[in-house]
Amino acid sequence: MLNNFSVASVGMPLHLEQLREDVRGFLRKEFEAGSYTREPAGWDRYDPEFSKKVGARGWIGMTWPRKYGGQECSSLERYVVTEELLSAGAPVRAHWLADRQIGPLLLACASEEMKLEFLPRIAAGECHICVGMSEPDSGSDLASIRTKAEKIDGGWRINGRKVWTSYAHMAHLMNLFARTSPFDEKDRHSGVTQFLIDLNWPGITINPIVNMASDHDFNEVIFDDVFVPENRVIGGIGMAWRQVSGELAHERSGSERWLNAYGVLVHLLESSGPNPERAASEKIGKLVTDLWTLHRMSFSLAGLLNQGITPEVEAALVKDLGNQFDQDIPEVARKVISEEARAALPNEDRFNEMLDRALLYAPSYPIRGGTREILRGIIARGLGLR
Amino acid sequence: MSETSNLLTDAARRIFLDLCTRNCFENAEAGMWPKELWNALTDTGLVAAAVNEERGGAGAAMLDLYILARSVGYYAAPVPLIETWLAELMLSAAKLPPIDGPLSFGPILRQDSVFLERKAAGWELSGQLKRIPWARNAAALVVIADTNEGSRTVVVRNLKDVLQSKNYACEPRDELRFNKVMVSDDDVSELNCGMTRSEVFFRGALFRAQEMAGAMERVLEFTVTYAKERIQFGRPIGKFQAVQQQIAALASQAAAGFAVAQSAAESNAEKLSRFEIAAAKARVGEAVSVVAGVAHQVHAAIGFTHEHPLHRNTRRLWAWRDEFGTEAEWAAWVGSVAAQIGGEKLWEFVVAADKRDIGAALP
Repeated sequence: MLNNFSVASVGMPLHLEQLREDVRGFLRKEFEAGSYTREPAGWDRYDPEFSKKVGARGWIGMTWPRKYGGQECSSLERYVVTEELLSAGAPVRAHWLADRQIGPLLLACASEEMKLEFLPRIAAGECHICVGMSEPDSGSDLASIRTKAEKIDGGWRINGRKVWTSYAHMAHLMNLFARTSPFDEKDRHSGVTQFLIDLNWPGITINPIVNMASDHDFNEVIFDDVFVPENRVIGGIGMAWRQVSGELAHERSGSERWLNAYGVLVHLLESSGPNPERAASEKIGKLVTDLWTLHRMSFSLAGLLNQGITPEVEAALVKDLGNQFDQDIPEVARKVISEEARAALPNEDRFNEMLDRALLYAPSYPIRGGTREILRGIIARGLGLR
Repeated sequence: MSETSNLLTDAARRIFLDLCTRNCFENAEAGMWPKELWNALTDTGLVAAAVNEERGGAGAAMLDLYILARSVGYYAAPVPLIETWLAELMLSAAKLPPIDGPLSFGPILRQDSVFLERKAAGWELSGQLKRIPWARNAAALVVIADTNEGSRTVVVRNLKDVLQSKNYACEPRDELRFNKVMVSDDDVSELNCGMTRSEVFFRGALFRAQEMAGAMERVLEFTVTYAKERIQFGRPIGKFQAVQQQIAALASQAAAGFAVAQSAAESNAEKLSRFEIAAAKARVGEAVSVVAGVAHQVHAAIGFTHEHPLHRNTRRLWAWRDEFGTEAEWAAWVGSVAAQIGGEKLWEFVVAADKRDIGAALP
C-alpha cells in the first residue's frame, strides 16, 4: 500500500509543465479581465460563464474520447489542470461533479445514445449535474435509501426525498440514486439504480436548506410521481453500488480534497510577512510541508489512475489527510494572526473573510464525499482488518 | 526501482532476516559489535555500496542507497550502514581514497566544530564532537574541519578517548575529544574541496527520513498483524471499530511520511533539493507520534516489554526524529523559506519544489 506513493514511477512528461503554464496564462488573463475574483469561497463557486470558458479551452472531460467532446488526454494532464484551477481559486464548481465523476460514470456505464447526448455538453461546460444520494434517513449508509423508482410503461415513476443536495437549485440535471427493488439484508448493495434526471421535470420541488455559514448550497429535492423515461437509466438496474465504487478513487484522491482553505494560507503568508517569528514559522512550515506532501501523494495516485489502477484505499488515505489539512489552515491562521492584528488589517484585505469562511466550513470537509469514519473503515479493510 | 536496487535490497533483506536475531539485538544493545552481521554485509558488498566504480566499488546509485536505508530502518539493523555510506560520499566529494568500513562522520551537532592547523609535518586537529554514531567501532571518522582559510575534509584514524553514549534505541552516539591529534597530509583534502557541512546535514536528514519511513512501515505491519491475532471479548481486537479507526490513522500518517521521504529520495538522487529534504524530515518526524503512539496502544502491555520486537522500531523512530533536526526545527525552516517566497508565489514554488535547491542554511 505504501509503495504506491512514488512520484518517480509516475514520471513527469515535460509537456505537463507547458500545460501548467497554459492554465496559468489563461487564469492570469481572466483574472485581469475581471471575469473572476479570489473569493473566500475559492473554487466552490458556481459560475456558468466561467465554466463555459474552461470548457472552450478543452479542460472539461479532458480524458474522454474526442467523439464525446473530450481531448483524449491522460489523467495526469487532467490532474495538472484541476490543481492549477483550484489553487488559483477559480470558480469551477458548476462543472465540477460532471467533469470529475458523472461524466466518467456515463462513459463507463451509459448507453451510446446517452453518451452522445450529454458528454459533449458537459465538456463544453454547458451541462451541470448535481448528485442525489443523501436522504433524511440515509447518509453514510447508502444502502438505506428509500427514494423509490417503480417500473411503469415506458419508464419509471420516482417518489422520495433527497437532502444536502449541493447546487440542485442551479444544476440542470441530477444523478439520482433510487431503489428499484426492496432492501435485502443479505445483499445490501443490490437494488439501487442510477438515473439521469432533468431538474425541471414535473413533480420535482427544490427547497433551499441554508447552511450554518448562512450560505445556500444545500437543497431538499422532493420527487412526487416524477416520470423518468427508460433511456435515462444509467447503466444496469440495481447496479448503482458497483458502478459508483469505481469512481470513488477519482473522487477522493484529487486536489479538491486539500485545496479548500488554500486562499487562507496565501493570505496568512502575506499577512505574516517575510520574517515571521519562530513560533509562527514553525506552524506555517508545518502547513507548507503538508501541502507539499498532499501534492505529491495526489500526483502519484493520478499516475496510478492513468495506468488503469484504482487505488481506492490510497485515495481514502489522501482524503483523510487532506481533510485534516483543510481544517488545520484556519486553526493556524487564527493563532498566528491575532484578533488585534486582524482588526488592524485594511478594509480591502480579504484575510478576515477568508478565515471566516474556512473556519465555518471546516466541519464539512471530513463529512462530504465520505466521512472520516467511513474512510478509515475503508483503510482498515485495505489493511485486512475487516 | 532499478535492477541494481532490487538486487541490493533483496540481498540486504536476506541478511537482515537471517542475522538480525534476538541475540544480535541483545548484544548490540549491550554495546557489543554485531560482527557476524557486519561481515555478511561486507561480503555482499553492501558496506561498500556507496563506493562508485571509478573508486573500485560496486557503485550503487544515490537512489539505491536511499531505498536501502529504508530497509535498514525496517529491520532496525543495529549497524552503521548509512553512516558508512555517507562517510564514503564525503570522502569521494573530497577526492580522498575510500576506506574500508565501518566508518562514521562528523560533526553531527550543529554547534560542534573541530579545528585543523597546519604543522611542519602534517596537521593538528582539535575540538570536541558529540553524538557521533558508532565512533567506538569506526575504523575511521570523516570530519569536516575548519581552518583559518576555509574548510577541509579530514580522515581521523585510530580513534581514542571515545566517551560512550547512546540514543533511545541504544545505538552508539559517542563523544570524541581531539587535543592536537596529528593527521597526515594524505588524510586531509584540498581547501574547500568536498561536501559542505550543510550538505552533510541535509543528506544525513534524508537518510534518517528514509530509515524512519522503513521503520514506520514495519510498525504498521506489526500492529495490523497483532490486531488480527489478539483475541479479546471473543474476537480479534482488529474487529473493533475503535481499534480499526486508530490503526487507519496510523496508516495515514505512515503513508504521508513514506510518500514524502520517497519523493525526497527520488529528487535528491542526482542533485540536492534541500526544500524536499526539509519537508521530508519534518513530515516523517511529525508522523511518529501517531505511528508509535497508536502502535503501542494497540499492542498494550506486550508491546511495552523488552521481549516484543515492536520497540526496536519505535525507539529508533523516537531517536531518529531528533537526529539531524527535529520536525519542529525543519517546519520552522520550511516556514521561513515560504515566508520569503510569500503567499502569492507559494503555489508556483511548491509544485516545482523538487527541481530547486533553496536555502543552504541549517535549521
